[in-house]
Amino acid sequence: MLKAFYYLLLRDMRLALRSRHELANPLIFFVLVVSLFPLAVMPTPERLQEMAPGVIWVAALLSVLLSLDRLFKQDYEDGSLDQLMLSPNPLVVLVLAKVSAHWLLTGLPLVIIAPLLGVLMALETASLSVLVWSLLLGTPVLSLVGAIGVSLTVAVNRGGVLLSLIVLPLYIPVLIFGANAIDVASDGMSVRGQLYFLGAMLALALSLAPLATAVALRITASR
Amino acid sequence: MPDTKPSLLAADKLECTRDDRMLFSGLSFQLGAGEVVQIEGPNGSGKTSLLRILSGLRRADAGRVQWQGVDIQHTRDDYYANMVYIGHLPCIKADLTTMENIRVLLDTRSQSVSGGQIELGLEQVGLAGFEDVAGKALSSGQRRRVLLAFLLLADARLWILDEPLTALDVRGVDLVESMILEHRDNAGSVVFTTHHGMRLPCEMKSVDLTQC
Repeated sequence: MLKAFYYLLLRDMRLALRSRHELANPLIFFVLVVSLFPLAVMPTPERLQEMAPGVIWVAALLSVLLSLDRLFKQDYEDGSLDQLMLSPNPLVVLVLAKVSAHWLLTGLPLVIIAPLLGVLMALETASLSVLVWSLLLGTPVLSLVGAIGVSLTVAVNRGGVLLSLIVLPLYIPVLIFGANAIDVASDGMSVRGQLYFLGAMLALALSLAPLATAVALRITASR
Repeated sequence: MPDTKPSLLAADKLECTRDDRMLFSGLSFQLGAGEVVQIEGPNGSGKTSLLRILSGLRRADAGRVQWQGVDIQHTRDDYYANMVYIGHLPCIKADLTTMENIRVLLDTRSQSVSGGQIELGLEQVGLAGFEDVAGKALSSGQRRRVLLAFLLLADARLWILDEPLTALDVRGVDLVESMILEHRDNAGSVVFTTHHGMRLPCEMKSVDLTQC
């Protein structure tokens, strides 16, 4: 079972590394949105600092949202998804492998590049580490919850709008606590509460989202 | 119908509707070890739907499918370890090589197979030397042959094949026929559909969907 997890993770990583342009898209989107902001407003350090948490988090959220399609679309179109569902291994484990690969390929790069963008948005050093922590806890939730939405809409032609409608309401708590953590950090207060909340959401998503995704995939396949 | 061999797969009063159209109902048949069943019917009669129900991908609107006497919904891991379903779709990743594609398919079934065995399998389906060719460079007939190699290597007792002759040339058709015969001789079972006339020199059950 662990082997099946590992092999599927490896397969998705390998596939992504062979079509790198797709891999770079969410990252480029993230960097572009955040770096365009200072150009569009009066870029005084105070103002940038004030906007930074929101801008960075919204950009990260949309960037993940845009990349969600990749999670199951190709496998659905070429029939590999059927084979995954016909695996003797539990579908939940395979779903978790796919979501992990998705996060490693989209969420993790965002986390790594985020401090640079934080500097660009004039965040202080103390807030930078909170920025990284909030993204590190928050982006896996985005991938996990997004997987539920994708598995429900993968069979729908141009299901993008539907996907956003399903997923965005569930993303909002992550956005609020993620951005708020950085806000609070720049005011010099303790961010424990916010980070604990993000951690709790991650634990919840990690335990429930793969189950929901597996069931949704079976429903999708049965049509 | 009385069956001397114990049945591996049993369909019991299956019913399937699609967009408020009844495709079939009350469809029952049994499949024992070493038996071959051909599903017949015109386009849109529900052949693919039936195969997807048999494989457990789709739920029947009524009735059930049993694997060795147990509903397949309850014996999924055992059933899937012994069954291979090949549908219309190629399942081949454009960016992976033939070798990697087969390995990925076998990994999904938790089967580890050596590189030599895969080469042997590819040779049997006429793809010797194509190990390192990327999926996108293969023709559609060659992709079907990759799936046939997977089928040979998969070591499953039951094959469910949806239009296995699609995109294959004359020799490919011969290949599929001989594969099915050999599988049958090894006490394997096959359920398949095809539009092309496939003449198997063996006893074969047939299920006609127009009569269900």
